[in-house]
Amino acid sequence: MKYETDVVVLGGGGGGMAAAKAADKNGANVILIEREEENGGVLNQCIHNGFGIHYYRKDLTGPEFKETLQEELANTNIKILNSAFVLNVNKDKQLTFVNHKGIHEIKTKALVMATGARERHFNSLAVPGDRVAGIFTAGVAQKYINLQNLKPANSALIVGSGDIGLIMARRLHLEGIEVKGVVEILPYPGGLERNVQQCLRDYNIPLYLSHTVTRVEGNKRLSKVYVSQVDENRQVIPNTEKVFNVDALITSVGLIPLTDPVKFVETGPGFITSNTNQTSEDWIFAAGNCTVVFDLVDYVSREGEKAGKYAALYSQNQYFPEQKVKVKKGKNINILHPMYIDPNERTKLYLRVSKTFKRVEVTVEPLGIKMIEEEARPSEMIEISIKPFKDKNLKEIEVSARELG
Amino acid sequence: MNSVEYKKKKIVCTNCPLGCKINVVYADADEIEIVEVKGNRCKRGLEFVKQEITDPLRVVVTSVKVEDGEISMASVRSDKPVPLRLMQDIMKILKETKVKAPVKRGDVVIQNILDTGSDIIATRSVNRKK
Repeated sequence: MKYETDVVVLGGGGGGMAAAKAADKNGANVILIEREEENGGVLNQCIHNGFGIHYYRKDLTGPEFKETLQEELANTNIKILNSAFVLNVNKDKQLTFVNHKGIHEIKTKALVMATGARERHFNSLAVPGDRVAGIFTAGVAQKYINLQNLKPANSALIVGSGDIGLIMARRLHLEGIEVKGVVEILPYPGGLERNVQQCLRDYNIPLYLSHTVTRVEGNKRLSKVYVSQVDENRQVIPNTEKVFNVDALITSVGLIPLTDPVKFVETGPGFITSNTNQTSEDWIFAAGNCTVVFDLVDYVSREGEKAGKYAALYSQNQYFPEQKVKVKKGKNINILHPMYIDPNERTKLYLRVSKTFKRVEVTVEPLGIKMIEEEARPSEMIEISIKPFKDKNLKEIEVSARELG
Repeated sequence: MNSVEYKKKKIVCTNCPLGCKINVVYADADEIEIVEVKGNRCKRGLEFVKQEITDPLRVVVTSVKVEDGEISMASVRSDKPVPLRLMQDIMKILKETKVKAPVKRGDVVIQNILDTGSDIIATRSVNRKK
C-alpha cells in the first residue's frame, strides 16, 4: 500500500507524540509510526513519578504522562501506525516500512525523527572476565520487573549512577532484591541529586564514587564482581579491590542517540539541529533523545512540539530560514544543543558543563547573555532562553562557562 | 533556662528535578524549631525541610498484578506522599494485591493505605485480555 502525507513522525514516545500533536495543530496531515504495539516508548516502563512538572505542571508517572499525551492525540486526525518498523528513508522523501501486512511506502513532505536513544551495554566497557548471564542494562531490568513481573536477580550491584541506575537501585531494593551498592567511576553521581536522596540515601544503599568494575566472574551465571577505587585520571589504584558476591550486575552507563534509519544527515553523535529542530536536510526535523540525551521527558516533549510545528510549516512551504548562526562550544561546555540558530525564532539552549562547579557563570557571546548557576554538574542540564535577535552579519555565537569565586 | 542544641543538616529537596540542596539549622527540643534555611529556590523547599526533619514523606510507586489483563502488571502510586518509615509495609501489602482487568488510570486500588490518608491509584490503564 502507498501512503501520502504532509508530515511523518518516526517514533511514538514522549517526543514523537508531542511532535505529531503540534504538526496536526499546525494544519498538517500526520502519520505517526511506532515499532511497538503501543505508543509511549520508555515511558511505559518508567513507573516512577517526576515526569510532567514543566510540561503539564503536574507530578506524573511515566505511564500517566504517556496516557495524557495519548488522550490529546485521540482528538486529532493523526494516523497512528503501530507495530510498524521503518526500514529505509531516502532523499526523495520516501519511507519504506514493514508491518504484519507487508511492506509499504510513504511519500511525505517533511519528516520528524523522534527515535530516542538506546542504552550503552556492558560490553562497551571492555571489562575482563566471563561473559555470563546476569548482566543487564538498567532499562532491561526495569522492563522485566515493571512490565513482565519477572525477578531478574537475588542480589545485585549497579554500575553507573545515572538516573536509571539510581531509580533501579530503589526499585530492586523495594522488590526484595539485595542491592549491594552503586559503583560510579566519576567523583560525583551521574544522576540528579534528588534521585541520590530518594533512591539511595533513603534506603541506605552505598554509593561508591571514584570506583570501577575491574572484573566479573561466574560459571554460566554471574557470581562475583570485582571493584576497585580509581584516581583522578580514572586509573585503578592498586590494593583497593573489593569483591561483591552478586548474581546480577545492572549497568546504567549512558544512552546513545538512535539516528537509524536516516543516514544522510549531519550527526554528532545524535542529529545536529537548529533551534527550530531542522537538521542539515531541510525537510527532516529531529527532537528529543535522538538529538542529545535530555534530563527530563518534559524537555523532550517540548522539543517534539517544536519539531512538529516547524515540520508542518515546512510542509506548507511556510518555513525557510534565511540565516543560520552556528553555536560553538566554548570553555567548560560538554554538551550543547541546538548547534544552529535561526535568529528570527526563539531559542531554548540546553547545555551540560564539563566538570562540577560550586558557582558558575555561563555566557552567550556576542549576545551579551550571562547566567549564574549554583553548583552546576555535568549530570544536570542547564537551560537558557534566547529571544530572537536581528544581526545579519552574525555567523557564530559561543557558549562558555567559568568558575566564580 | 534550658540550653537547646542546634543541629545542622543538608537536605536535598525531592519535590522537583531541580533537587535544591538546602542547609538547615534547627533546634531539636520537644518541638522542632527551624532557625535558618538556605539554598531552597522556592517556598515548597521550606515546607519540605520542615517535613523532612520530622517525618520524611515519599510517593510510593510500584506495580500490582492484574488478572485477565492484556499485560500482567498495572503500575500504581500513592496519590499523596506517605511516611518513608511505612514504605516496606506498604510494599508488602502491594505485593499481595491483585486487581481485575479492565483497569483505568486513576482507579483507586487501595483506599487510605495503612491509615496514611493516601490512596493507592492505578497509573495506567490495562484492557481485558481478548
